[in-house]
Order: sequence, then C-alpha cells, then structure tokens
Amino acid sequence: MAEKVLMKGNEAIAESAIRSGCLHYFGYPITPQTEVAAYMAKRMPKIGGVFLQAESEISAINMVYGVAATGKRVMTSSSSPGISLKQEGISYIAGSDLPAVIVNVQRGGPGLGGIQPSQSDYFQATKGGGHGDYHLIVLTPSSVQEMADLTSLAFDLADKYRMPAMLLADGTMGQMMEPVVLPEPKTCTVDKPWALTGTECKREHNIVNSLYLSPEVLERTNIERFERYKEVEKNETRWEEYMMEDAEYCIVAFGIAARVAKNAIKVLREKGIKTGLIRPITVWPFPSEPIRKAADKVKGFISVELSMGQMIEDVKLAEECKKPVSLCSRSGGMIPDVERIVKSVEEMANGEAK
Amino acid sequence: MAVVFEKPKSLTSKEFHYCPGCPHGIIHRLVAEAIDNLGIEGKAIGVAPVGCAVMAYDYFTCDMIEAAHGRAPAVATGIKRSLPDNIVFTYQGDGDLASIGMAETVHAATRNENITIIFVNNAIYGMTGGQMAPTSLPGQVTQTSPYGRDVKTAGYPIKVAELLSSLDAPYYIERVAVNNVKNVKHAGKAIEKAFRNQMEGKGFSLIEVISACPTNWGLTPQKALQWVDEKMIPYYPLGVYRDKDKEASV
Amino acid sequence: MTSQILIAGFGGQGILFSGKLLAYKALSEGKELSWLPSYGPEMRGGTASCSVTISDESVGSPIIDNPDVLIVMNLPSLDKYEKTVKKGGVIFVDSTLIARKVEREDVKAFYIPATKMAQDMGTPNLANIVLLGKVLKECPEIGMNGMEEALKKVVSKHPEMYERNLKAVEAGYNY
Repeated sequence: MAEKVLMKGNEAIAESAIRSGCLHYFGYPITPQTEVAAYMAKRMPKIGGVFLQAESEISAINMVYGVAATGKRVMTSSSSPGISLKQEGISYIAGSDLPAVIVNVQRGGPGLGGIQPSQSDYFQATKGGGHGDYHLIVLTPSSVQEMADLTSLAFDLADKYRMPAMLLADGTMGQMMEPVVLPEPKTCTVDKPWALTGTECKREHNIVNSLYLSPEVLERTNIERFERYKEVEKNETRWEEYMMEDAEYCIVAFGIAARVAKNAIKVLREKGIKTGLIRPITVWPFPSEPIRKAADKVKGFISVELSMGQMIEDVKLAEECKKPVSLCSRSGGMIPDVERIVKSVEEMANGEAK
Repeated sequence: MAVVFEKPKSLTSKEFHYCPGCPHGIIHRLVAEAIDNLGIEGKAIGVAPVGCAVMAYDYFTCDMIEAAHGRAPAVATGIKRSLPDNIVFTYQGDGDLASIGMAETVHAATRNENITIIFVNNAIYGMTGGQMAPTSLPGQVTQTSPYGRDVKTAGYPIKVAELLSSLDAPYYIERVAVNNVKNVKHAGKAIEKAFRNQMEGKGFSLIEVISACPTNWGLTPQKALQWVDEKMIPYYPLGVYRDKDKEASV
Repeated sequence: MTSQILIAGFGGQGILFSGKLLAYKALSEGKELSWLPSYGPEMRGGTASCSVTISDESVGSPIIDNPDVLIVMNLPSLDKYEKTVKKGGVIFVDSTLIARKVEREDVKAFYIPATKMAQDMGTPNLANIVLLGKVLKECPEIGMNGMEEALKKVVSKHPEMYERNLKAVEAGYNY
C-alpha cells in the first residue's frame, strides 16, 4: 500500500488535483482555503504547471473557463464569499458544457460572515447558485482522505459528464490534518473533440458558447443537458450508511457534521437508542433513494447541519412525509457538538421533537 | 478575370448582423486580414465579448469562445496559459472592456499577458440600445444621459490607451480610427503589429479603435464619420501610446 | 484506546507545533489521528489552540469537547478549558507563566516551569517541547514511542533543531 502522509485537508486537495493531471490553477486569497493556493504556488512552477493569483474571484473563474475550453484539467478554490463571486463564471461553464473543478471550503455567512466552518452554502451549491437551469456535481468530503479522493473523482466526473464539479468542504476539513494515502497519478482519458486547440486549418472551427438567442434552441439545449443530469443521478449518487442495519433513528449529515454524528451515535447506542447515519457523499445528486428506503424502517430523521437548516429540505423531499424530520444545527461558524446531537435524538425518541 | 478584392480567408461566409454604416464590419475585416497575412488562422483562438460583437464567434473561421461581459481578458489569459503556442485575441467594446471589465483589462495588461486585444471604442452601449458608456463624451446625449453626460454626476470619459500606458508592463498600445481610408489602412497595420508582437512573445498589445455608432448616435453613417473627426478624435488623440520596440531602440 | 489532547496558549508559543509533533508521533506508530488547529486572526499573539486525537481505531470527530489531556501555556486557557477536562483527566501547566493551581480535584495536575527551563537551556522558544516531554512521561498511553522519528520529520529542514528539540523533550521527561 502507498505511504500514509500527514497533510492538511487543503493541501490534500491541491496535491490530489496535481496527481489528477490538473496543471492549471487560478485562485485568490481567502480564509480558510488559502493553503490550496499556497501549495499550488509552490508546486506548479516545479512541474511545468500554471499557478496564477488572479485579480479577483471573478477573473479566476473566467481563467478557469478559458483553460477548460482548451480541454485541459483546471481548478479554482475559494471560500463562501469568493464562491458567490464565481457564480457568474460557473453558470457560463455549465452553460457551455465544460468540465472544471471548483472547491468551496465553506465559512459562515451571509455577507462577509465569519471565517469559521460552515455548511450554509448548501443551497447555493445544490440548487444552482448562478443563473439559469443547471447543476453541479457536488461532493462533500468528511475526512482528509476524502478531500484527496473526492478531488480526484471530481476531475473524472467533470470530464465524463462535461459539467463543473464542486468539492463542498468546510473550514474544519480544510484546516485539519489527518493521515492520507494520496491517489496515484493519472491523466484525463476522455476524448475532447470540442476543445479549442486551433483549427490547424484542418477542421471546422470549434465554438465554446452559452448564447442561444432562439428560445426553442435554448430550451432544447437545456433539455438535452438535463438528460445528461439524469445519467449522473443514476450513476453517481454516493453515500455511506453507518449502523443503519438496526437503526430506529436516522441522522442525515455530511462533512464535519457526519464526523460529530458518529461520536454521538456511539453515546446514543450506549444509552440504548439505536441510531444510525446516512452520510451523503454527493449532495447533488442527493441520495434520496436510501433515505426513502430508510423511512420505511426508522421512526424519524434528524438532519444535522452547520446552517440554519438547508439540507433538511432535501431530506424531507426524499422521505416523502413518511416520518418526522427534525433539525439539529448550529450556524455562523459554530458546530453542533455530541451533546446537542444526542439531545436532539433523545427528544425525538421521547416524542418531544418539533 | 483577375480578382482584385476578396473576402479574407479568416472570415466565414456568414453575413454580418451589424447595422448599416457600422464600422464593426471593417474592423472584423482588418483582424481577419492580419490573421491571413501572418498565416495564423490555424493557431488563432478568439474571445468574443458581450456587446454588439457578441456573435463574432460566427464570423471568424478560427476557434472561438464567448466570454461573460468584461471577462474576455481573463478568459484569454486562461487559454493562453494553457496553449502558449496558439495566438489568442479578444475583441471587445467600450462597455465591456472599460466598464464592467476594467479590472480584467488592467491586470492582463500589468501581467504583460501575451495576448492581443482589439478594443472598439464607439462611446456608447450599442447592443442594449444606446446607453452611456464609460467613453461617452462630456455632454453626449444617450438613453441614460438624456440631458447630455453631466461630468459632475456621471464623471469623465475613460481614456483607455492613456490609462494603460501608465503601467510599466504592457508592450504595445496604440489608438487608431477607421473613419477614412488612410486611417483604415493604418489601423490594419497596427492590428497586424499587435498580432505579430504576440507571435514574437513580446506581450500585451492593445489597439484602441475609435469607431462609430450611427444608429445609436442618431446620425447618418456619413455624419457619424464626421462626428468621429470633429468630436471623438480631438478627445481621444490617435497615436502610439506605448511601443517597447521603439523604447528599446532609443 | 483513544486519547484526546487539547493544547492551548498564546499564538507564537508553538501550540500548533506541539500538536503537529504529537500527530507525527502517532503516524509513525501507525495509529489513527486527527489534528485540528484554531485558525484565523488569532494566529499571532491572540489565543491559539490545537486539538489532537490519537486512537487505535478510526477517529470520529476531530473536535474535542472534553479532553483527556489538557496542556496550557497561559492563564486564559486554563480558565477556559479546566472545566472541560474529563473526570480523571490530566492537566499540564506551564508554571512559569501561570501562577494559579488547578482547582478541580477530580483531575490530575502537573506543574512544570517549562518556560524557565527552556530559557535556562538557551532555547527560550522550546518551552512547548519541554512541556510535551512531561506529557509523554506521565501519559503512558501516549508515551515516548515514535517521538524521535516524529521530531526528525517535523524539523527535517533544520537538522540543527533536532538535537535542541530532543534535549527539550528529555528535560521535560526527566523533570
């Protein structure tokens, strides 16, 4: 087995991207993801890659758009306020059917918010973010190992389905260190005949574009894109089930919240409350199916989040009102602790949950 | 019969959608001629703006990409960094380049990004129907300055060539016009030089082309060209604002 | 076996570095671990803290609400975290910098004049490492195992620092 190394989550993202064949990175400093840019700045010049600190998040994402159009693997990273600025470019990338990887190491909001970990960009990431009908593949790492693994996966999925993929992490994941086995180096294996490379006067010109002045054509383009999204939903929905075999209560949580939830589940089981966890690894596509199935077995769901309650809407849609769903959350950079999660599940077990 | 005048190879046969009397057609042709003359059609990648030239991707035979409003220099940067041996150009208007895209413009310039920018200044937003541009002249009547551009509230026009030439980095900046034959011929040479600079790895080259918008200026094409002479060129003097070729030889 | 260690003090005291050393130590022992720093503008001068979890099985939450081991290098940190330590836990206090004693009676406390010792050794910025030496001695579940290897890794760019750090660890260990 490959050697385990100790790395910060942000560094694991950067190294994994490089090993995935990403030789172009554009960023702009913002806490708590700056280590990604710093790592890229150090490594890229040594391996013939490009690191460029852009003048703004807006420019960075448009540089990504430019590289993506040439068919090369490319990434940008930021944190919540910076991701808001990137939304215009993300919409163009989605509308032009280009693959690219965007990393959001979330912090508390809205506005300038704070710099502590958060999951309050869930709506932004899973429900569009920018203007228009589109989706991103959204991956939610829950360990430094997954920061590396899901970054690598994001590049593959983006290329496979010709769409942007987002790594939706949080400040804790970015800042923490854990042992990690880095993925083996690889490159893109997908053919990209649409890429801008110069015609060499040997083929018709390629046009990368998201402008369709005819509404009929734009509608058709959107419908075709959503056909592809269906394939993504069918093939790429990922989740982990933890102690769900005999669970009477099901926590739904991702990222750092899922880590705390696992500790809470141990405490709850010691108290005789059989609790399990469904941890979405993709939040778009959302693992609705396992939640719907669980609804037939469990007595209720508890959505544990670092927001005022965003994912809970998807949980409710998935379980189709079969069982009660309650929210256990902190916002603004706070993290629900074990005690709070235990209390939430106990309240539901005692019929006190609202 | 000998052919004495033909369409440049680098232009598609798609008909321009531009208004009668609009100089965009001339400027497109000059860009295509430069590409033909330098033999770079197969290597060129163009970035279209948001504005009247939004559909420029249909008119050039090279690979093309359509950028968000003002972002063309950033998109071009990405392309050029990915494909340093290709020839990357943007074609942008005044709202695109000097208003919403000013940061992208200035920073591409100050990185001496090895790209070519064709900047068309006609002192108005054409595509959206004639609103005040960052380059609209003091007193100029537009849809959003119906009493004339009041510099007290709307500020003064931005002189892009002058502004960018205050930076240390850019290689070549020239302002040209296309309002008469002599100026058109000279503009063609300047545009070709801006492309040649890129081929030689010299860096950022921007040609500001003083253009006209008869439709939104409310003038006949002929009167519009006269207005360029009488109003635009005195405010935006033509000439070379930066040429490191010349600096080097001094 | 899982140990949750919280290290706290002022930014610039090497709080994160101590934690890193523990993390590398656990890695070289083949254990599971997580290292989570406080981050943000408090990096220089404000309070800094670092949570290290070392375990034989995979680590759940990296966030430590109730540490088994608390290492403090300033009074505000002792005031803030003393009450959070698990019953039967251990608190290590840099007694050069913190005058008061631990008030709880259901935890063990050790007082080490780490800052003074480090100064006397001519390495005033290694008080954190002196303190850590004592932790390795008094917490057998953490122990010395893997420490030398970890030190080599952490100061690999400055080999001259290896000897100095090792001396600081030993000074604390033998205090």
